[in-house]
Amino acid sequence: MKKFSIQDLNVRYSDDNESLRKVSMEIDSNAITVLFGPAGGGKSTFLRVLNRLNDLADVKEMTGQVLFNGIDILDPKLDVIDLRRKIGMVFSRPVPLPLSIYENVAYGLMMAGERSKKKLDNAVESALRQAVLWDEVYDRLTSSAYAISGGQQQRICLARVLALEPEVIMLDEPTSALDPVSTSKIESLLTELKEKYTIILAPHNVQQAARMADYAAFFLMGELIEFSSGKDMFLKPIDKRTQDYITGRFG
Amino acid sequence: MRQEKRKSDIIISSVIKVCGYSSILFVGLILIFLLREGLPALKDVAFSTLFSVRWYPIEGYFGILPLILGTLLVTISATLIALPFGIGTALYMSEVAPRWIKEVLKPVVEILAGIPSVVLGFIGILVLVPFFRKFLDLPTGLTAFTGAILLGLISIPTIVSVAEDALNNVPPAYRQAGLALGATRWQTIWGVTLPAAKTGVLTAVMLGIGRSLGETMAVMMVTGNAPVLPTQIYALFRPVRTMTATIASEMGEVATGSQHYQVLFLIGILLFVFSLVINIVASAVSTRQRKRSERVLS
Repeated sequence: MKKFSIQDLNVRYSDDNESLRKVSMEIDSNAITVLFGPAGGGKSTFLRVLNRLNDLADVKEMTGQVLFNGIDILDPKLDVIDLRRKIGMVFSRPVPLPLSIYENVAYGLMMAGERSKKKLDNAVESALRQAVLWDEVYDRLTSSAYAISGGQQQRICLARVLALEPEVIMLDEPTSALDPVSTSKIESLLTELKEKYTIILAPHNVQQAARMADYAAFFLMGELIEFSSGKDMFLKPIDKRTQDYITGRFG
Repeated sequence: MRQEKRKSDIIISSVIKVCGYSSILFVGLILIFLLREGLPALKDVAFSTLFSVRWYPIEGYFGILPLILGTLLVTISATLIALPFGIGTALYMSEVAPRWIKEVLKPVVEILAGIPSVVLGFIGILVLVPFFRKFLDLPTGLTAFTGAILLGLISIPTIVSVAEDALNNVPPAYRQAGLALGATRWQTIWGVTLPAAKTGVLTAVMLGIGRSLGETMAVMMVTGNAPVLPTQIYALFRPVRTMTATIASEMGEVATGSQHYQVLFLIGILLFVFSLVINIVASAVSTRQRKRSERVLS
């Protein structure tokens, strides 16, 4: 099933850096779609279009069509708050909020108006279990989210998104600040989570892209160069530039 | 060549060292001077006189209670006025305002900080005082409340600029994280940005309190300078006198070494202690935060 369907998306920032040009692609549900390519290629911009976090940036021009479950999300009248609850996002550096572990995970729900202590407790526990973090933190839920390791913090950020029971999880270089052990934990977690969610991942290196991709999109200078299944992309890429990047000839 | 460079290095670092130590020395000397001039008051003036409610130095009544309470009344009300405005302005500037408004507001606030307090006192006398007398139907517009408003105005720029810096130092990632979780802008400000900048904002408030505690001129011009013990809530709308105003208005006419002179210095010591306490609280709050962030890094 198609979760997103993107047609001719153009985004330009007010400093006249054209950030995305004529991007068209479709994103499947219950799969990991990987966006990769050299820095500045437009991956982050693309992600921030999908949950409208770009509203905060100096966007000068945005044209095209982005359908999420068949609804145009570029519509200015769209309820972005509701959209962002359905499309969760994890950032490249772990950014726990300056609150306790429990409050971090419960934050989104509390903001959505959930008051029942019991429901919150259940949601927090289930989110932490899904993020395979429960066993590590269940006895110190009230301590600061800064008191745990970077890898754990990143899983807190993931749990915080899961607690909202979103449809889509976007991750922008989620393991770039983590050690190899934490990285592999997050990666195996994502492979499990794709059973339930649509996952869009912008990895910070080609190896991770190749490991994780069900589908892969290669972005270069704001253009979508190639989009195919992960196997095709990394075993027999069609475009010369994709070949060069994957084999490490540039980037 | 190399030798010479080392020599200039030594000279510069010793000059810097002297500057650094001299400020400690100055504070120490001021403290010694204050203590030497003010402490004898405790010996020469009876405690029962000092802590009575009557300040009438010519007749030998040295009750400093009305002055202390007057200062507290004016400072606390000023802080209550300045706090919401100061933090509100800081939040508006760092979180809400479009860039061009921010670029206008910032220098305006700095100009407000730079206006001499005498000028503000002047405006207070000409505008605020008659306004309050008519509007609130008071016997005189020279009241603690008038002083509190002026003091609030004086301490707002301090609070705004320090709090705004603290808010700007909150990593943008926090705001994005809050918004990406489906929080509204206000929820993000209240639940994420403000708690993250908590220490900086608290420091701003402390500095604002310190500013209004030490302010003399404007207060002296608009509070009416009657050393009356403020006992009830309506005392806010009656004249009071602050500690600073007492020192400033009486120091010029007092005989050196007299009891009156000593008591004025004792008031100075008390002010010194007050602002010391505020500074210690402020730095205790911010070092506690630093220790926590050190733990995070380790």
